[in-house]
Amino acid sequence: MELYQKTLHEISTDLKTKKVSSVELTKTVMDHLEKVEPQVQAFITITREAALKQAAEADKRLSAGQDVTPLTGVPVAIKDLLCTKGVRTTCASKMLETFLPPYNATVVEKLYSMGAVSVGKTNMDEYAMGSSTETSYYKKTKNPWNLACVPGGSSGGSAASVSADQAFASLGSDTGGSIRQPAALCGIVGLKPTYGRVSRYGLIAFASSLDQIGPFGKDVEDCAIMMSAIAGHDPKDSTSADLPVPDYAVEAKKPVKGLKIGIPKEFFPDGLNKEVADAVKQAIEELKKQGAEIHEVSLPASPFALAAYYVLAPSEASSNLARYDGVRYGLRVPGENIMEMYSKTRAAGFGSEVKRRIMLGTYALSSGYYDAYYLKALKVRRLIKQDYDKAFEKVDVIATPTAPNPAFRFGEKTGDPLSMYLEDVFTVSINITGLPGLSVPCGLSKTGLPIGLQLIGKAFDESTLLRTAYAYEQATEWHKQKPSLREA
Amino acid sequence: MAIEYEPVIGLEVHCELKTATKLFCGCRTTFGNEANTQVCPLCLGLPGTLPVMNAKAVEFAVKIGHALNCIISKYSKMDRKNYYYPDLPKAYQISQYDKPLNYDGHLEITLKEGTKRIGITRAHLEEDAGKLVHAGGKAGRLDSSDYSLADYNRGGIPLVEIVSEPDLRSAEEAYAYLTELKSILLYIDVSDCNMEEGSLRCDANVSVRPKGQSQFGTKAEIKNMNSFRFAKQAIEYEIKRQIALLEKGERVIQESRLWDVTENKTKPMRSKEEAHDYRYFPEPDLVPIVLSADYVQKIKNSLPELPAAKRARFASKYGLTPYDAGVLTDEQELAHWFEEGAKHTKSPKGLANWMMGDMAAKMKEQKKELKDLKFDQKKLCELVDLVEAGTINSKQAKEVFAEMFDAGISPAEVVKSRGMAQVSDPKAIESAVDKVLAENPSVVADYKGGKQGVIGFLVGKVMQASQGKANPKLVNEVLKKKLDV
Repeated sequence: MELYQKTLHEISTDLKTKKVSSVELTKTVMDHLEKVEPQVQAFITITREAALKQAAEADKRLSAGQDVTPLTGVPVAIKDLLCTKGVRTTCASKMLETFLPPYNATVVEKLYSMGAVSVGKTNMDEYAMGSSTETSYYKKTKNPWNLACVPGGSSGGSAASVSADQAFASLGSDTGGSIRQPAALCGIVGLKPTYGRVSRYGLIAFASSLDQIGPFGKDVEDCAIMMSAIAGHDPKDSTSADLPVPDYAVEAKKPVKGLKIGIPKEFFPDGLNKEVADAVKQAIEELKKQGAEIHEVSLPASPFALAAYYVLAPSEASSNLARYDGVRYGLRVPGENIMEMYSKTRAAGFGSEVKRRIMLGTYALSSGYYDAYYLKALKVRRLIKQDYDKAFEKVDVIATPTAPNPAFRFGEKTGDPLSMYLEDVFTVSINITGLPGLSVPCGLSKTGLPIGLQLIGKAFDESTLLRTAYAYEQATEWHKQKPSLREA
Repeated sequence: MAIEYEPVIGLEVHCELKTATKLFCGCRTTFGNEANTQVCPLCLGLPGTLPVMNAKAVEFAVKIGHALNCIISKYSKMDRKNYYYPDLPKAYQISQYDKPLNYDGHLEITLKEGTKRIGITRAHLEEDAGKLVHAGGKAGRLDSSDYSLADYNRGGIPLVEIVSEPDLRSAEEAYAYLTELKSILLYIDVSDCNMEEGSLRCDANVSVRPKGQSQFGTKAEIKNMNSFRFAKQAIEYEIKRQIALLEKGERVIQESRLWDVTENKTKPMRSKEEAHDYRYFPEPDLVPIVLSADYVQKIKNSLPELPAAKRARFASKYGLTPYDAGVLTDEQELAHWFEEGAKHTKSPKGLANWMMGDMAAKMKEQKKELKDLKFDQKKLCELVDLVEAGTINSKQAKEVFAEMFDAGISPAEVVKSRGMAQVSDPKAIESAVDKVLAENPSVVADYKGGKQGVIGFLVGKVMQASQGKANPKLVNEVLKKKLDV
């Protein structure tokens, strides 16, 4: 087994026991990364030199045995909407092609302070708007399990890079499913934490009330280690919660006996992809075998979640993206006057999906339409929240499919925005409610594409999600499967 | 018959809070520093930055709410007001829309005919925008300039926008409202209220209607009034303009107008600049502002005595007229100066007169402030008491005051060194009177013959004889006593 194929917790032990130095490891990982990158295309910016410098620093800590953390010396990847000081952060948009942030996102700062090594910035849908990473201005990231398929999105690069062993773990962000869906499609573990669990400072906003940063890992334990690293209150983010952060890797290993798992019938509609339905049902059976109790629950407002989401998220986006006006940073296309400069800059800088959502959101917030759209969506949001509150009076975790289908082919949904939006049908309600959600591999389709099991937890109870996923993972082999890196 | 028109005016005042740091970041708020030296990624609207509420700004805003007799919201929130302009880096201003921090208040203005209560609709918290300097082109406007420079030092400074009810009925009332509001804001020490530096700014909504009509006329919003005086002039002009339009049978157009200082008239702004749909929605990056009753009460308890209360107290305690009480309480420092002084004299009224008379005149003339004075209240009270006791007369007092003002010499010393002490010794006066009566028998005869007015001539003669030192009141009395025998 190659070093880069190991899990984060395995390589962390190797580093601590000095079986390998971080510089050696980083070189090996970078070599592999660069070798497979032409196939996978997971990165917008690769930072080999900076990574080797960080690795050398990590080696000092490791050899001194001081300030050694589970991430010291470990190569990781960062989604290109998390600000990295002096390293360009594009949000996969032409608008920010040359943008060099003068500061690090809090999560980046946290990873760096623990001694993690950043290999580069991963590809994504432009401004995180998409479910296939196809809206990136720069490139199309391929699904390592079948290069003809999308990796999911919007954090497609972060998911594909971990799946293809280009990094031991990565950070993504999830506004409507952007961590969980690509994790499912790429056969890895992805966690969207509770809203407020992780600081959003330095995350280039898509929809502020829905965005949340979270980790991708090759297995549940890796995900737990990353989660412990990034969680916690940040005075720079007023919406971050001031709550203690447990050691998730320890929490994950506790047994699931007696745990109550809810199955919402609304997430298993007629016509759901049979392979997905079967894999998820089988996963639930497995958890039952381990002593978990299975209960049916109902989330009746769920069918309205997607519609509410596609009002709320674009509304916030229309405001969040208004600052890209060519005045202070990023792209500027000159015009005869200020209005012309604004429109030319924004016309040239944004791709069509971003423009579509800005228009949707502007419309929904406009006077005369606000009550019918934005306000109505807020009401739906409250109803959905009530559904979950009620369900969680009975159960500890809710289990559903992560995505309605395994990975689809390039271009399959780009012509029809609605079919693309339907990719988020099982994931958006979790962002609307702010609850934590996790995707863990639970099978492969006949064509060899991964399927994900989504676990939804109570607010700030990531521990129970990780515990459930860990128990399931220990009993199965899905997470040990490796992608082919071939086209099929 | 000509219709009589009634103006209806509402004012929107923006007041910059004097917090040390900006509303959502740690940047300083100092005025006048080099462009873009008080900025950070947040105030430049860089992606990924998040606002964090300045607790001091909330405290100041609540102070304003209390001082304006508002209801303080226990639950309020920030909203985004979306519009594009290069001085607004995020392309939205974080403000308050449907849940303002303070609402339903009032203040009292003092007019010749008495006091009037003016309603305050709301006083909400928001961030200031940056400043643009337009180069070339005409009239310093964005659209016609060759290029524009943006300075974001001011961007993000906390503002409280104070919106009045349309309760004002004349430019004078508007002026009185602004004066009272500024006085209150200075009293509670939340703003410098410096119009030249832009820490106090004012827009006016003006309409006119036939007197007796309850429905409002179409209003125009007047901007760019950089001083209270301009505000008064602009409102006066606008009222006349609107009445003239209506009298010609034309209509007032709802629009924003700018006060042109050089031409002394209001002019319409380009309509493009005001066609806004701000698409307000709750600011998701900030949590709601939730205030405990205890916190709100604590701030209330910390307020100083406000101008209206002080006015009333000064009038009753020191026997001042409402007007005098108003002048003395307009500025807290002056009121304090007076009150400290009142401890040192039996005639606070006399002190007040000096302060509002010679002292105010000389201070204005020499552009001096209280802190520049060469004398303190004790010395001025000495002068007040010298006059009250009749030691010097009022003419002498003016000289003594001038000497004290210019050189800081105490009145007693001036009187002594100049040998000014008024002669109030009845015997000395009596002998002087006797002498004058003896020297002017014909005048005495006139008096006795019924021409009582000639007594003034005799008083003058006695004063002359005493080189002006005789107590004129006493001279008068003695003369009358002797003549009327």
